[in-house]
Amino acid sequence: MSEEVAIPAWKKWFEEIGDQVGFFVQFFKNIFTGGFEWSEFVRQCYEIGYRSMMLVGVTSFIMGVVLILQLRPTLVTFGAASMLPKTLSVSFVREIGPVIIAIICAGKIASSIGAELGSMKVTEQLDAMEVSGANPTQYLVVTRILATTFMVPLLSVIGDAIGLFGGFLALNIRDSMSFSLYFTKIVASLDFTDFLPAFIKTIFFGFAIGFVGCYKGFHSNKGTESVGIAANSAVVTASLWIFVIDAIAVQITSLLFYK
Amino acid sequence: MAEVKENSKQKQPSTKKEEVVIAIKGLKKSFGEKHVLKNINLEVHRGENVVILGRSGTGKSVTIQCIIGMLKPDGGTVKVFGDDVAEMNEKELKELRIKMGFLFQSGALYDSMSVRENLEFPLTRVLKIKDQAEIDKRVEEALESVGLLDAIDKMPSDLSGGMRKRAGLARTIIVEPEIILYDEPTTGLDPITSREISDLILSIQKKQKTTSIIITHDMECARIASDRVVIMNDGEYLAEGTFDQLHKSKDKIVGSYFQDIL
Ligand SMILES: Nc1ncnc2c1ncn2[C@@H]1O[C@H](COP(=O)(O)OP(=O)(O)OP(=O)(O)O)[C@@H](O)[C@H]1O
Ligand SMILES: [Mg+2]
Repeated sequence: MSEEVAIPAWKKWFEEIGDQVGFFVQFFKNIFTGGFEWSEFVRQCYEIGYRSMMLVGVTSFIMGVVLILQLRPTLVTFGAASMLPKTLSVSFVREIGPVIIAIICAGKIASSIGAELGSMKVTEQLDAMEVSGANPTQYLVVTRILATTFMVPLLSVIGDAIGLFGGFLALNIRDSMSFSLYFTKIVASLDFTDFLPAFIKTIFFGFAIGFVGCYKGFHSNKGTESVGIAANSAVVTASLWIFVIDAIAVQITSLLFYK
Repeated sequence: MAEVKENSKQKQPSTKKEEVVIAIKGLKKSFGEKHVLKNINLEVHRGENVVILGRSGTGKSVTIQCIIGMLKPDGGTVKVFGDDVAEMNEKELKELRIKMGFLFQSGALYDSMSVRENLEFPLTRVLKIKDQAEIDKRVEEALESVGLLDAIDKMPSDLSGGMRKRAGLARTIIVEPEIILYDEPTTGLDPITSREISDLILSIQKKQKTTSIIITHDMECARIASDRVVIMNDGEYLAEGTFDQLHKSKDKIVGSYFQDIL
């Protein structure tokens, strides 16, 4: 067939969009077709959530410490050192926490899903499942996407807490502030309009991570090098999605809440 | 010295009046510029074991992938139980696949599951069997028949190539499909195990009245398991007949397959 020679890039791009829509429809249909794979879902939640906890915790802690150390000189110049907890908590909970944690998860989770499913594709395991009359979308895709959709928000909340705790420790390097005072200040400065939009955003981040990982794995080529390609492009694409979703989410929340 | 099989009247394809289960007409398949299948015609009758011989890369695997609907033909038709596979919707295809078994050339075991879980997978997910006692019994029986009962709790990564192949075979036969497509069931196995697998294929055919297509390079397997042999060359069929008929053939290419056999 000679059409393989000259498919223009834009046509390929649209084809890929079409494929992704089809993949999404398959995913969505299979959530409800009965026979939900509970045990695999729980296993994936464990794999995805628990195994990323350490990484997310350490990163968030460091971010909290670093932010305080960076913010402090500026605020001190304005005589606003007492504003440090508020500044940290609002910026961390609204923006820095969710995005950094989602990017970390994209690197860890999307790549591992992409590589796992990609290698199943290469070694004909996906074909074998399909051909046996079982449903690989239900068993592999639905469970993974739902697991990331649940676990990434959870990881974000935990990461927020650890990051703010890191901020508290950093604050006590130079100043001294009791934990209860710090805690009260943070609770007072955080509104549900800080927390809720950020939380909803992380649900979409989680979905994007799982979806992109699964899509790239399922659509990898046959050949061992394509496993690496699937993992790599899963990370790149998922990170890109995260920033796009973030940009959209900021627009929506500022329209709704921050008049 | 070609051994004569016990069931010699089954070895006469021309006189068979059994129902046609798989009918392939004028099958064509290309990948890009590469015309892999040019014109394949084949009928397989109920209860028959057909062996396909052919050099590496002639499209044997592609042919059986078209039968199970993994690949769409570019031309011609593939009918299974009288229905065109290419025209089936998702649900019909799934129902057909439940009646068919497919042994992958690589075994295609699920890496993240133990051998036991691999075998349980089609029972619980496809046949939707709930009774754990029955599941255990069938898993053990299937592994016993391929001589892998010791490896039941091993992970695929701990198995040798030949063991994976046998585990893959066990996973294929455990659902007792009406049609089994074997892609090189004995490749990479030692002669003794190969022979056991060939005997197993024959006994599955006898016991479960299975219809099979067996792709192989193993002439011993072809001799043991086949009712009929077809030879593929360059995307087309070159010759067909019983093992003994082809064995006596004067054709140069056909003869080259049988030259090492007395
Ligand atoms: N999905 C695919 N995409 C592109 N080319 C393919 C695909 N599947 C098979 N081919 C090509 O089709 C040809 C026939 O492949 P096939 O696997 O059917 O060979 P075979 O007869 O089974 O050989 P072997 O005995 O080595 O298994 C090969 O040249 C292969 O490169
Ligand atoms: Mg092959």
